[in-house]
Amino acid sequence: MEPLTTRGALPMEKPRRSGGFWQTMGRQKYLYFMSVPFVIWLIVFSYVPIWGWLMAFQKFRPGRSIFEQNWVGLANFAELFADERFYLVLRNTLAMSVMGLVVGFTVPIIFALLMNELKGQFFKRSVQTISYLPHFVSWVVVAGLVTKMLSTEGGAVNSLLLSLGVIDAPVQFMAKGEWFWSIVTASDMWKETGWNSIIYLAAMAGIDPELYEAATVDGAGRFRKIWHITLPGIRPTFMVLLILSIGHLVSIGFEKQFLLGNPLVIDYSEVVDLYALNYGIGLSRYSYGTAIGIFNSVVSIVLVLTANGIYKRLTKESII
Amino acid sequence: MTWARKSLSDRLFDLVLYAAMIFTVVVTLYPFLNVLAISLNDSTDTVRGGIHIWPREFTLKNYETIFQYSGLMTGFRNSVIRTLAGTLIGVISASMVAYVLSREEFQARRLFSMLFALTMYFSGGLIPVYMLMRDLSLLNSFWVYLIPGLLSVWNVFIIRSYINGLPYALQESAKIDGANDFTIYWRVVLPLCQPVLATVALFIAVGQWNSWFDTYLYNSSNESLTTLQYELMKVLQSTQNNADAARNPNMAQNIAAVSPESIRMAITIVVTLPILLVYPFLQKYFVKGMTLGAVKS
Repeated sequence: MEPLTTRGALPMEKPRRSGGFWQTMGRQKYLYFMSVPFVIWLIVFSYVPIWGWLMAFQKFRPGRSIFEQNWVGLANFAELFADERFYLVLRNTLAMSVMGLVVGFTVPIIFALLMNELKGQFFKRSVQTISYLPHFVSWVVVAGLVTKMLSTEGGAVNSLLLSLGVIDAPVQFMAKGEWFWSIVTASDMWKETGWNSIIYLAAMAGIDPELYEAATVDGAGRFRKIWHITLPGIRPTFMVLLILSIGHLVSIGFEKQFLLGNPLVIDYSEVVDLYALNYGIGLSRYSYGTAIGIFNSVVSIVLVLTANGIYKRLTKESII
Repeated sequence: MTWARKSLSDRLFDLVLYAAMIFTVVVTLYPFLNVLAISLNDSTDTVRGGIHIWPREFTLKNYETIFQYSGLMTGFRNSVIRTLAGTLIGVISASMVAYVLSREEFQARRLFSMLFALTMYFSGGLIPVYMLMRDLSLLNSFWVYLIPGLLSVWNVFIIRSYINGLPYALQESAKIDGANDFTIYWRVVLPLCQPVLATVALFIAVGQWNSWFDTYLYNSSNESLTTLQYELMKVLQSTQNNADAARNPNMAQNIAAVSPESIRMAITIVVTLPILLVYPFLQKYFVKGMTLGAVKS
């Protein structure tokens, strides 16, 4: 994650002073004052919870400290893997992540390619500003909008389908489990396509214009230029983002599923994190909930390392 | 190239291109305009349906009704406070750490950088974090909105790469004039970082304003700590699950007086509007910031 930046115009020799460890520390006391409080904060809020993982190997009872609990080994994990519900929520999680991954990569790239072909600056800017807009509203608002658009009472989607004659009676989209995955994916697409395309547009802006000129001279048309210059040009950006998001395949969160779901579609809407929340905090089964969290983390790490390994083999470069 | 001189396939491409862009604009804007129109329409009239992007019987009564509901005002106040305070704290802390980590001669730089970077790849998970909040007495407290999210590692790295791009000579000359490291940060580096700080401030502000889950998880039993998003979430969920409405007599009364749809839409507008008013002005900053953060990492 080290950013590759160069220093500004004047390359100046960095101060390299001599002196012992404590002397340097004294001289850099302001730097310590400015960072140590935040390092302590980091340890408390990011590293201390890792200790909580021990809970997954215990039968946690409230009121005792973590060292006074009964150790149960892998019993919580055994229970987890024996639970049928767990496989159901795992299916939902993977289905929605894979759908999200496919749509979340293809649509913003296509959108960026189209934007890149726009010539009028005012029109381009306006489309851009509007397309980013949904990114800035919360999922609570988006869930409200989606519910409104899909409602059977004057929802835009039903009205449109009715007037086009595709359906005879309004469809209760939000009450049908089999629609839930598509609704989540489509909402995500609506909310984030514009925003996710920024990065590809930036990558496209960085492509050497001479390549396009040379291609024009060689008689290449629009599509050939897109295929042979633009797409290869954004490949590195694409690969980095892809590998990073493969790591998040399992930990897709539960915000959308929580807000868009309802008791009627729960067999399709419950995801691993939501399951952990319902069991762990809802039913105060802290140890069991923690075991689910650990499962999530381990799978994520394995996925990232695998994806990175494949990338390394293909390009001899590494991302992590 | 003029239109007449373009080839047929080029013209066809342009046609599809502009059609696709206009389609995107319509699909993006329609839900917002529809909600706005319904929120400004007479509630009994709304039930008849057929409101698209223009109110049929204009009224402000829906807004008057929701502003009488005390939960909304409390939520509004809390959301504004957490957004302002959280943004201020977040920008100062991230820039301070970024500055320290940008100083290559700093002894603990490698160690601290590694500690910060590692947290981007793992987290303790929902339940250990919840237990930590409980043990720190952050449950049912306003501090839970500010302290756990005090600093974002992502923002630290964005600001640091910006500082690395500044000419080091400026810091050097301040040092020769006898400034200490804090003074250099405050008087020299921070003013130069304005564009990246604007980006980061926008990200933090949006995150704070849009946050509802921390209210739900940590503060849902304390009505004085509610936030606007959480109030909206409750109203939206209650229409899906009517049992919830019965538990909230205040809201149930309002729902009885005015159609729930108008209310929902009016609250949605109140929750959305502040962000929509601010973001177009900061667009040029965040596009730069996004690119900086993502392309280089």
